[in-house]
Amino acid sequence: MATTDVTPRESSGGVGQKRIVNDMSIQVATVNGSGSQSSNTVLLRSIFQMGVPVSGKNMFPSNIAGLPTWYTIRANKNGYIGRKKEIDFLVAMNPETAVEDTMSLAPGASVLYDEPLALHKLRDDLLFYAVPYDKLVAAVCPEAKLRKLVKNMVYVGVVAQLLAVDMGEVEKAIRKQFAKKVKAANLNLAAAQAGFDYAKASLKKLGVFYIERMDKTAGKIIIDGNSAAALGCMFAGCTVVTWYPITPSSSLVETMIEYMKEYRIGPDGKATFAIVQAEDELAAIGMVIGAGWAGARSMTATAGPGISLMSEFAGLAYYVEVPGVIWDIQRVGPSTGLPTRTSQGDILSTAVLSHGDTKHIMLIPCSVEECFTMAPEAFNLAEQFQTLVFVMSDLDLGMNNWMSDPFEYPTTPINRGKVLGKEDLDRLGGFARYKDVDGDGIGYRTLPGTIHPAAAYFARGSGHNERAQYSERADDFENNMERLNRKFETARSFVPRPEITKGKDAKIGIIGYGTSHWGITESRDQLRDEYKVETDYLRLRAYPFTREVHEFIEQHERIYVVEQNRDAQMLSLLKLDLKPELIGRLRSIAHITGLPLDARSITDELTSMEGK
Amino acid sequence: MVTTPVEPGAAAPAPKTNRIGLTVMDYKGGKTTLCAGCGHNAISERIIESMYEMGVQPELLIKPSGIGCSSKTPAYFMSRSHSFNAVHGRMPSVATGALLANHKLICIGVSGDGDTASIGIGQFIHLMRRNLPIIYIIEDNGVYGLTKGQFSATADLGSKLKSGVVNDLPPIDTCALAIQLGATLVGRSFSGDKRQLSAMLKAAIAHKGTVMLDVVSPCVTFNDHEGSTKSYKYVKEHEETLQDISFVPHFEEIAVEYDPGTTVEVTMHDGSHLHLRKLEEDYDPTDKIRAITRLTEAHDKGEVLTGVFYVNPEAPNFIDMLNVVDEPLATLPDSMTRPGKEVLDAVMEELR
Repeated sequence: MATTDVTPRESSGGVGQKRIVNDMSIQVATVNGSGSQSSNTVLLRSIFQMGVPVSGKNMFPSNIAGLPTWYTIRANKNGYIGRKKEIDFLVAMNPETAVEDTMSLAPGASVLYDEPLALHKLRDDLLFYAVPYDKLVAAVCPEAKLRKLVKNMVYVGVVAQLLAVDMGEVEKAIRKQFAKKVKAANLNLAAAQAGFDYAKASLKKLGVFYIERMDKTAGKIIIDGNSAAALGCMFAGCTVVTWYPITPSSSLVETMIEYMKEYRIGPDGKATFAIVQAEDELAAIGMVIGAGWAGARSMTATAGPGISLMSEFAGLAYYVEVPGVIWDIQRVGPSTGLPTRTSQGDILSTAVLSHGDTKHIMLIPCSVEECFTMAPEAFNLAEQFQTLVFVMSDLDLGMNNWMSDPFEYPTTPINRGKVLGKEDLDRLGGFARYKDVDGDGIGYRTLPGTIHPAAAYFARGSGHNERAQYSERADDFENNMERLNRKFETARSFVPRPEITKGKDAKIGIIGYGTSHWGITESRDQLRDEYKVETDYLRLRAYPFTREVHEFIEQHERIYVVEQNRDAQMLSLLKLDLKPELIGRLRSIAHITGLPLDARSITDELTSMEGK
Repeated sequence: MVTTPVEPGAAAPAPKTNRIGLTVMDYKGGKTTLCAGCGHNAISERIIESMYEMGVQPELLIKPSGIGCSSKTPAYFMSRSHSFNAVHGRMPSVATGALLANHKLICIGVSGDGDTASIGIGQFIHLMRRNLPIIYIIEDNGVYGLTKGQFSATADLGSKLKSGVVNDLPPIDTCALAIQLGATLVGRSFSGDKRQLSAMLKAAIAHKGTVMLDVVSPCVTFNDHEGSTKSYKYVKEHEETLQDISFVPHFEEIAVEYDPGTTVEVTMHDGSHLHLRKLEEDYDPTDKIRAITRLTEAHDKGEVLTGVFYVNPEAPNFIDMLNVVDEPLATLPDSMTRPGKEVLDAVMEELR
């Protein structure tokens, strides 16, 4: 049996070199629809169960079956769970991409390949392991039609043996993955074991990478951002969900349906929610607004193309002042763009979505935990401010698995905002819907169905006065728009504050948001350790910008705004908000490749701009 | 033409009240700003009358609308009801959301021919197939009034604009479409036909499913001229009534004289009855295919067929299908919408 036909160069990291423990990235190249997702999850969980911080990122095509897909698992003892640019260990299962995947590796990397691909002939500066998958699978899986599905599990066993991942943990992960399907679990376990046994008997360990037990994942959970958001929305008391399927947001609502069916149906079998698949995003947002107007906690989830379609309705909700929550799981635009790749490309357009002068509250989660906690915050803000609240997640956060501390039960009470009931109307005699009674720009509203002769008001997208009556008067229009502005200013003090992390006597500031956080965190350590550059870091969590953002910019000579789009969208929004003399301090590090932003790209660009 | 009811004089005797003790004045709206003589105002009148006579609690009614002359009319009837003048062609989704939030509400959605058959055709179609409990009224004049007289998609082939432009595209028959898609009470009337429209509206109020009423309503400014097929003159000359309709709400114990051989009785969900007086012996309002055939034949003959074409009070409506709790979702207490800590703990345990 072949192990490797090539003797690796000593310099490329072979035998005798220093062991690298719990710090590597493994890329699995497969064909989508081949069942590789289960294998990848099992490998991820096995490492996680050994106490090693780990993250998994799926780079998949906009296709159901037959196109290349890559899954990158990063294990890192320091807890860096952003994407790592370099691949240390390639599992080449896809003949179509195997050559290119192999050629793009840095010297010293390992390649695990299907024997017939003969990848070892391509380069002599890599470490090759050949595995006769078909032979191994045939031995453990008598049913020919199932072989394709368990073939990928063989690599899990091989990798486990080569990297010293405990097979006991692999078995535990397989049992969890297949839960009640005992037969499938047994079959997959046999495949993994066959891979492990083969590697033990026939492959000679060449690389320097090892997984060793540590204790950094104790008590932690693994979940994707969309599932976390779904849970958050359920605990936020959401009652109406309307949606139109679009990648990468669909799984948010689909998971929510599962959770709601399990936990929000009473003993009489009746639901405390309504979830409706609409005919398009126009209808989805229309239903959210109708429901919000009638008093429900309503939401939808979508992505860029859906946001564009919702534009007209967003203006209506802003002007009529109707609450609603919209999850934007951002993907790469413009147009259809790269529907299965990540971006932060909807920031600028969403902030001012719709025609005329509009402004919207945006919350920006960076972690699965924030997907959970920002859900009740979003609903509270929406009802408190009687407006749409956009939660700007992205594909990387929404669809990938992340480890996290378990979520804490929400302690903030549900806040339904300024709603007048029958008793209030009895006491007051009447009300003016758009009058700024409290000086915060927020009027009082009534809900349809409130039995009182003075309860009704006329909600309209056309010009209106304080009493919600049709008006084309210049003063009515201006007063109303000024009040709406006042309301938005009030929101500055209520939206989530940024998170600020200080360096040592840093002159340089970094502003980032969302999933860019993970690359930034790692990059700051690289800047400090490799370049002696200290940085302070402010992570934005909401728009409008709070006081702290202005102060942070005032305190630093140069501020790098890091984001995942081409046109420096958040930087542009900051410019609109800043004193003119501060605008010159902002510099942009904007990347958009469709892949999650990695630390090295930030470090390289920042040091180059700093003249290092 | 009538517009909105006027305040009764100080010396007037105690006003008549309906079954919930309200006078017709409790159903009035603001002063209309539509053109004098606009058919839409007559429709508003009929809505006021029928809501009053049926004893609908005004605060339980919502009246969403789209954009256009027709969609302005909710301002001219029932000021004690919440209105939502939304965006062009998208009233169905707003209405749907509101009813999801509170299924106790009664919904009358007002649209026009442009708002429904052009920009709003997508949402119209999906509303019809859901059989959401809503009264959907198209105030249909075959013309864009608010933008000063362009053709809509319900304008008849060969009809002429004031400017002389002839319509060379066939009309969309919203009634035929509604029947085919799943609406469960579908009819057409004429804004000037008080008796028929009132009876139809009362039947609509009693129905628990999607009611689609296409009410031909001539535009006095842009479409009431010789070349138009939706002018008063044209409709009066070409109207063919399918049946006489009498409607008996279940709370009024009135014995209606009717000849069993010439009427079809439809029992509505609330227990009331809709009687359709058949002009043809064989007309059966529960027969979808027959209804569509009659509509097609009428088009071919250039006639405006009016009446209730199709009724199915038995079909499950959208709210039934959702199987939600009896209380409105909008106002459920937190204890019913935020599961306890033990639920989160259990979910977290599964994710470890």
